[in-house]
Amino acid sequence: MNEIITAVLLVLGSLFSFVAALGMLRLPDTVIRMHAATKAGTLGAGLILIGEAFFYAELGITLRALAAITFLLLTAPVAAHLIGRAAYFSNVKLWHKTWIDQLAERYKTGGYFDPDHK
Amino acid sequence: MPVESMPVAIAGQFALAALLISIILALARLVKGPAAADRIVALDLISILIVAFLAAYSIYAGETSFLDVAIGYALIAFLGTAALARFLMRSALKKSENREKLENMRHYE
Repeated sequence: MNEIITAVLLVLGSLFSFVAALGMLRLPDTVIRMHAATKAGTLGAGLILIGEAFFYAELGITLRALAAITFLLLTAPVAAHLIGRAAYFSNVKLWHKTWIDQLAERYKTGGYFDPDHK
Repeated sequence: MPVESMPVAIAGQFALAALLISIILALARLVKGPAAADRIVALDLISILIVAFLAAYSIYAGETSFLDVAIGYALIAFLGTAALARFLMRSALKKSENREKLENMRHYE
């Protein structure tokens, strides 16, 4: 039974990782690409780690897998936040259909951070 | 030595192949860019994919010590991503045209 669960989790996790990489290649701009990398990538790695916990079914392995998942869940949003802020202030080109820029109100700039790059 | 159980061996081979293809796709974005932020995002995804690959390989090879490697790699990869993002942030703030607009947020530097 555990083997079937492990196999299913392995396949699911690798498919989510593949979707993340596909989004990384195909999505239109940096901020949208971060969406694919952070969420789908973390989910894929987390599913595979849960599969490992099911496969070995030992306390030590399960705790280590849970520690790895917790660490991924804690660090992925922080890293994404850092990259997103740095990308915004280094004026990456946004997708032409993006029309909401809420940071502009906070920093009292007109529209996107530097209008010359629009 | 691969695991004896048949479904896990097949799923493991599939997962390893899919993860390798994913890493290659992310590498393509790393090469293409175009901005430095794109490359940092691609590196971040590659490091998460390598953690997943290590976990899948430790199931496939029946070698639990790869799980410790995955935890250690995740730690180092986060530090690398944070350092690169800070570097990008600093170089963006150093540009003169940004400096005027950012007078009210010096604490970010």
